[in-house]
Amino acid sequence: MTPLAAYLILSALLFAVGLAGALTRRNAILVLVGIELMLNAANLNFIAFWRYSPNPEALTGLIFALFSIGIAAAEAAVGLALIIAIYRHYQTTNVDEVNSMKG
Amino acid sequence: MDWAFFILAAVTLASAVGAMALRRLVHCALALALAFAGLAGLYLQLGAQFVGLAQVLVYVGAVAVLIVFALMLTRNVAAATQPLGSPSWPLGLAVAALAFGALVAAILSSPAIQRPVRELPSGTVQQIGIRLMTDFVLPLEVIALLLTVALIGAVIIAMQEERSRE
Amino acid sequence: MTNALDQLFVILKDWVVGWFPAGWQPFVGALLDAMAIVAVFATLFALTTWLERKGLGRMQNRYGPNRVGPFGLLQPLADGIKALTKEDLVPRAADPVVHFLAPLVLVVPVLLAYSVLPFGRNMVPLPGCDAGVLLFFAAGSATELAIFMAGWSSRNKYSLLGALRAIGQMLSYEVPLILSAVTVIMIVGSLSTEKIVAAQGVYHGWLPGWHVFTPWGFAGFLLFLVAATAESNRSPFDLPEAESELIAGYYVEYSGFKFALFFLGEYLGLFAVSGLAITLFLGGWQAPLSFLTWVPSWFWFFAKLLPFIALFIWLRGTLPRLRLDQLMNFAWKFMLPMALVNLVAAALWHWLGAGLARWLVSAALLAAAYLALGRAVSGAAKMPQRHYQLAD
Repeated sequence: MTPLAAYLILSALLFAVGLAGALTRRNAILVLVGIELMLNAANLNFIAFWRYSPNPEALTGLIFALFSIGIAAAEAAVGLALIIAIYRHYQTTNVDEVNSMKG
Repeated sequence: MDWAFFILAAVTLASAVGAMALRRLVHCALALALAFAGLAGLYLQLGAQFVGLAQVLVYVGAVAVLIVFALMLTRNVAAATQPLGSPSWPLGLAVAALAFGALVAAILSSPAIQRPVRELPSGTVQQIGIRLMTDFVLPLEVIALLLTVALIGAVIIAMQEERSRE
Repeated sequence: MTNALDQLFVILKDWVVGWFPAGWQPFVGALLDAMAIVAVFATLFALTTWLERKGLGRMQNRYGPNRVGPFGLLQPLADGIKALTKEDLVPRAADPVVHFLAPLVLVVPVLLAYSVLPFGRNMVPLPGCDAGVLLFFAAGSATELAIFMAGWSSRNKYSLLGALRAIGQMLSYEVPLILSAVTVIMIVGSLSTEKIVAAQGVYHGWLPGWHVFTPWGFAGFLLFLVAATAESNRSPFDLPEAESELIAGYYVEYSGFKFALFFLGEYLGLFAVSGLAITLFLGGWQAPLSFLTWVPSWFWFFAKLLPFIALFIWLRGTLPRLRLDQLMNFAWKFMLPMALVNLVAAALWHWLGAGLARWLVSAALLAAAYLALGRAVSGAAKMPQRHYQLAD
């Protein structure tokens, strides 16, 4: 039987990978991909805690994960619409070049 | 530890790293879809049937397709020869490693991981439905409103440029 | 005796599984189920390609294939040999890994979707799956990625265009498809396919109590059927693979066995969604008349599947193709509101209790919505009276 710590460490690893990608990559869409990975890592945490919780009938972890999936989908849609609008204006998705408010 | 968890965890982790590290953007998006599928497998293994299948339906079937469409609409042709990461990429990796270190330290020192393994709880769809309609009915209505607003907002944001150009 | 015939395959499977030690038995059982599904439905696929070519030929006033074997029955075999022995061309600019994986990503989730269909009494490959219908739709939604992979990896503008059109069409029609299934789920109260079939097991006199014989079930069945035709990119919704416009659409750069795999995936998807329509609306493996329950249940399932195949071939041979904007308008402006009204009609049916009132109210609501939406969608452009000049 897999101990709870294994799931938590896997979730922490996924979160770290998502964070590294979101901070490192230049393309705006890949930053969004990193954010989605971080949200999914948190979902895994919730489900793992629900499975090993002393009161699983309350289903709190499941419901939270469901709502998180819904919210992440809405956020991905709006984020991608924003990226498309920015691309139309700047002709690039490179986050380092979208800086006309600087200086 | 059972081998199902190992296989699923390995697939998920490898595809997550691939999603962030591959050079071609479409490969990143497809690796992300594989990571979502691996996570759905992990949810099913943990006994959360509804959430695992909803993960496949929403993330693999909709969010991954959305990301792929956005990649198609924002074709960046010159990206093949440029460096992968922004100039400050070592700092980004260091921050991520620090975050991972902090999380692992918190996990290993917490009393929660001492919990005993119990038999598979039953999160049947009927129970989820009852909970959504009794304890969580307000978040349910709010998320319906949120999804409607996000839908309308995304359509408006993505189409505004056409009108302002005329 | 009839019970033994009904449970013939279950008894056979238990006997074979019993040869193996206890630890291996779940795997062997699952493997046997998967082999049986692949064998049966691949054979049905071969039969359907023959039937389609003959049927379309007759509808177009010509013979179909009739050279290979009696009545052309060995034509699928000849097609299979041709597909296997053709050279497998991969364009030089294509992305080799994605190009190779696309047919696999299409076929594997579609086969996974078969695991929740009840082929007969006690004959569900995945028994006790609490969210069976959701598994079906989740597996179906993974095929959209396969189409994108096929279209993009070929590095061909036309195949990419076909792929984007196909994905847009599939996403648009997935919503009415799922909503019409949700109506049935709401009335039955469970996502499990076994429970849905069992809920239709009542007989009023000697008439069956299937969902299709209720107003909301009939409307839901029609909506489901139209959305399923669009989901499988079948004529009249086959613009993404229209031969006269985009050559073969998103799989134009595929040859040989991979092309055959795409074909297989498309037809398997058609059978799977027909199987789900049978489960949700037509009572699954239940017999149509109460004095016919001695016939084995698996016979009834396949007896209901074959008219569906004939219906799809008939539609293909008869209806003209829909244009892309007509397709999208139809999905979002007609089918989605109709599916929502269907949901309300089903809720009224359940709330009004047994009696004549609920039939009248549901049917009236659905008829009114149909007329109103039909007027709204098509009434804007008034078509002038057409005059035909025939060459005599």
